[in-house]
Amino acid sequence: MPNMSLKKNPMPSQDPVERAKNFNEVALGYTKEMAMDEAQRCLNCKNRPCVGGCPVQIQIPDFIKKVSEGDFEAAYQIISKDSSLPAVCGRVCPQETQCEKFCVRGIKGEPVGIGRLERFVADWHNENVKEAPVKPESNGHKVAVIGSGPSGLTCAGDLAKRGYDVTVFEALHTAGGVLVYGIPEFRLPKAIVKKEVEGLKELGVKIETNTIIGKTVSIDELMSPEFGFEAVFIGSGAGLPSFMHIPGENLKGVYSANEFLTRINLMKAYREGADTPIKHSKAVAVVGGGNVAMDAARSAKRLGAEHVYIVYRRSEAELPARKEEVEHAKEEGIEFKLLNNPVEILGGEDRFVNGIKCVRMELGEPDASGRRRPHAVEGSEFVLDVDCVIIAIGTTPNPLIKSTTEGLDTNAKGCIIADESTGKTSKDMVYAGGDAVTGAATVILAMGAGKAAAAAIDEALK
Amino acid sequence: MYRIAKRQDLNPTVIRLSIEAPMVARKALAGQFIILRVDEDGERIPLTIAGYDREKGTVDIIYQVVGATTEKLKQKHEGDYLQDFVGPLGKPSELEGLKKVCVVGGGVGNAIAYPIVKALHEQGTEVTTVVGFKTKDLVILEDEFRAASSRLLLVTDDGSYGEKGLVTEPLKRLLESGEKFDEVITIGPIIMMKFVTKTVEPFGIPCIVSMSPIMVDGTGMCGGCRLTVDGQTKFACVDGPDFDGYKVDFDEAIDRGSMYKDFELRKREETCNLFKAEVK
Repeated sequence: MPNMSLKKNPMPSQDPVERAKNFNEVALGYTKEMAMDEAQRCLNCKNRPCVGGCPVQIQIPDFIKKVSEGDFEAAYQIISKDSSLPAVCGRVCPQETQCEKFCVRGIKGEPVGIGRLERFVADWHNENVKEAPVKPESNGHKVAVIGSGPSGLTCAGDLAKRGYDVTVFEALHTAGGVLVYGIPEFRLPKAIVKKEVEGLKELGVKIETNTIIGKTVSIDELMSPEFGFEAVFIGSGAGLPSFMHIPGENLKGVYSANEFLTRINLMKAYREGADTPIKHSKAVAVVGGGNVAMDAARSAKRLGAEHVYIVYRRSEAELPARKEEVEHAKEEGIEFKLLNNPVEILGGEDRFVNGIKCVRMELGEPDASGRRRPHAVEGSEFVLDVDCVIIAIGTTPNPLIKSTTEGLDTNAKGCIIADESTGKTSKDMVYAGGDAVTGAATVILAMGAGKAAAAAIDEALK
Repeated sequence: MYRIAKRQDLNPTVIRLSIEAPMVARKALAGQFIILRVDEDGERIPLTIAGYDREKGTVDIIYQVVGATTEKLKQKHEGDYLQDFVGPLGKPSELEGLKKVCVVGGGVGNAIAYPIVKALHEQGTEVTTVVGFKTKDLVILEDEFRAASSRLLLVTDDGSYGEKGLVTEPLKRLLESGEKFDEVITIGPIIMMKFVTKTVEPFGIPCIVSMSPIMVDGTGMCGGCRLTVDGQTKFACVDGPDFDGYKVDFDEAIDRGSMYKDFELRKREETCNLFKAEVK
């Protein structure tokens, strides 16, 4: 008999007042009992609409059925057939626009907590099952993977399991890409990422940090006899921050979200006694409405800011962030200044930020993206008193690889042109996927692209 | 981990290290930089490449002890290891085709000036070098500069060695005497580069400056190193570090460089106290 409750089992979480002062994980995860109870809400429908909403087609009703039976390891095995980073995706996937959006239970009431169940299963497995690493037999083929974010890790893992000799090149000093430098500890504990990376190493994957492809070594060199890689997968992400190009953007106290979050997440600037500095501000304006903006705002709050504003030019309905992140941000006291657009950042004589001038916006007709186009209300300018501004309006792919790789085509936005189903680029035996191809998107899409490319590389080399 | 193959103290606060980093050594060129971390929780600091040996696989850096991280670095000796060392970063200096150049360096900036002087000398360019230091005790690389320059003019702020004064003074004299240079390249404190640029401007000679702002990753990811050049935002790490001196907004760069001044002072003091305590 299914559980007919209209609501999901709520996620146990740290108290908002408490957690806004620490960087520990916010959501604590379901207990066994909660997970089994939530799993009972799944109707196991025949047409499985949730699976169609998953970018990597995890067999959702199957794994949930195993959870409801209490066979968590079997549930894990079902998920891991299609996803290589379930502990990550269970935490950071925008389930409300993917699997859960199509859940039949969502028609009347809340959908099944698919993301929460995925997280539970992955965490249960990580805690209870110690897999003896099975190093597959080598097939003698060498493949290079550029970037150790979600697409690179997935591609490397899939190839290693097929017996390839895989080397992952990472520009920073720690592997994990955006999972390490971008997403904060309170949303995705770094220990989880580390475990994924360690798992790859056990499979025989070599990880070369501090290696910038396009600077330290080029793709053509990697594919030359000197290095001997037969195929290359580019998963270098979208790391270049966009700025607004408004006056005052170079004042002290103005950060790109990338810089602010990298200082905190990768460099641990939030810790007492850290070597890397970060500005501790009284009032912070974060410009933008995506997950990165929420991460930056909530991090600023945790550093002790009394007021943190999200300044976004559209309305709540258009906020691109995951719903849960917006809810969490609100619970933690982040103040949403919606339908406002910054026009100038103001500074004092010391050239530190002391305010941000915004103009109120109204929504007009839908634009090309289908969202209603905002336009400024004349004469509505006002100043928010802040001593720090964080620009979180998006990122674009880093041009370093494109500019140093002959024959690699990119589009007008600087994204690498790659076949959607194989990741094949314009250059022979060079594949690409993730944000480097799509522009800033989600972890799960990047993972899917890494998987597809691994299969295509295998097809081409075997 | 990256081994320190050699350490040489050039003066009480300026130290040269040769680091075993073959992947960096095989690509390094004058004008580029590296980023290093001393230890596991260390900050990332950019330092200009002061030399390299492709055969030995070593890269030289010269640094001045100015803050907590360089204080920690000072405690590292031959045979010790650095946690991280990545590069080469930034665009190399564009030196091709230059026949006659004046290189103007100041303070520890001379460490960066030297590989450029050397590269110019090796390609047959006639180099006049003007180097400035605070005082005699802080003079570095004098013999190296002399060997690679057709003329070396050395000044100290207090006149304790060489000519007394600022680098702009002999530079102005040279230019006024009718010396024609294809280019003036200047490396040192921002304020010095600003005034070198002003000194050269009336003579219509291109003036290249080397910027070293605060940065984190060095690959264009953080945007912390942004400068205004010709009214546009540029990232020193990927668009530079060399820029047309006439187009750089020096005052903004000076401001931005002071972002963490208080933190840096406090942190250095803490670090020094820590080492003192260890010695006790």
